[in-house]
Amino acid sequence: MMSKLFSPVRKLGHAIIDAVLRLGFAARFFVAVIMASGTSFRRFSLVIREIYIEGFMSLIIISVSGLFVGMVLGLQGYNTLQRFGSESALGVLVALSLLRELGPVVAALLFASRAGTAMTAEIGLMKSTEQLVAMDMMAVNPLSRVIAPKFWAGVISMPLLAAIFSAVGIFGGYLIGVRFIGVDAGTFWSQMQAQVDVRTDVLYGVYKSFVFGIVVTVIALFEGFDAPPTAEGVSRATTRTVVISSLAILVLDFVLTAFMLGGN
Amino acid sequence: MERSTYDLWVGIFVAAGLAALLVLAFKAGNLGASDIGPGYTIKANFDDVGGLKVRAPVKASGVVVGRVTEIRFDPVRYQALVTMKINDAYRFPMDTTASILTSGLLGDQYIGLDAGGDSVMLKDGDTIRLTQSAVVLEKLIGQFLFNKAGEGGKTSAGLPSTAKAGGS
Repeated sequence: MMSKLFSPVRKLGHAIIDAVLRLGFAARFFVAVIMASGTSFRRFSLVIREIYIEGFMSLIIISVSGLFVGMVLGLQGYNTLQRFGSESALGVLVALSLLRELGPVVAALLFASRAGTAMTAEIGLMKSTEQLVAMDMMAVNPLSRVIAPKFWAGVISMPLLAAIFSAVGIFGGYLIGVRFIGVDAGTFWSQMQAQVDVRTDVLYGVYKSFVFGIVVTVIALFEGFDAPPTAEGVSRATTRTVVISSLAILVLDFVLTAFMLGGN
Repeated sequence: MERSTYDLWVGIFVAAGLAALLVLAFKAGNLGASDIGPGYTIKANFDDVGGLKVRAPVKASGVVVGRVTEIRFDPVRYQALVTMKINDAYRFPMDTTASILTSGLLGDQYIGLDAGGDSVMLKDGDTIRLTQSAVVLEKLIGQFLFNKAGEGGKTSAGLPSTAKAGGS
């Protein structure tokens, strides 16, 4: 009777202990990857190959999404601003929303679902087909040979992808706002240049995407490394990568924004 | 794929990313525009700087000639001390007036310089004597209400007597 009554509470406790344990494992995994990244810099071609797969291959989805997000911002921004007669602020609106928020966040979300899932699935499969164990047997540390290059490639690619997203997005806003709707090109750019600050707006976006790059790749690699070595285990790990990294991006974005705005 | 092919594409990717950052810094940001070049600093005391911010433009006849570099409170004179950097190409007489103006009805505030007729020019570190503070909307409204109340007092002075007359 008592044990039945307490079983939901026990389940809750189990879930929380499990979550804390996994968080601890992930933190130790992160430290282990950092410690094992010496090889990545001695043999930088390993990282370059991963940058090709993670960064360059994400270029098309990042540019197309950036273009459309910028175009939507141009349309929506114009529609709202012209009610207040201040459509001259369209450039500022497009640039600030892309640089501060949408660039880093949407690029990181796309990166998590485009490159993060691929990393998880690849490492999960390597684990389930015992390739990682085989490497260990051959005295090759899989952390330094497989995982650390992927980590550094993600950390390097993410800020670049976010910058490309923002730049293409601003071009999309220009395309709609200036070319299509007919806001004056001079005001569009001059207002943008007067209001966008390089240190607080452009650089804060870069910092954000740098943090997102670390978080997304660590989550993706850890989920793959920690996946049960079965077909189902790999598929669930891939799902978890998307869910956890998306949540982490959005929560961290709020925390980082609060710090950055609080600093002013 | 061969290693040199990877190198090529990654090189293109990294170059594109860095180019995007540069475009953001120069085209969208103010990295190119903010620097007014070599200049000299002058100071001005204001009773009230209103919403003036550091890096706000300093304009003469609507042309940007410099930027505000520092805004401090002067504890001796109990006034705001504004330091600004003016481009070397522009010289202003000693009796120049500095006023804090607003661009448009709700726009940002800037410092406007009106040149005087003095033959001595302002040098690096000089202080502008003639200044005009920012117009603070609350004070303006307060003054307007005060004046209205003053006028109202005159007319309403007659009212109680009529009310008294009506009441009795």
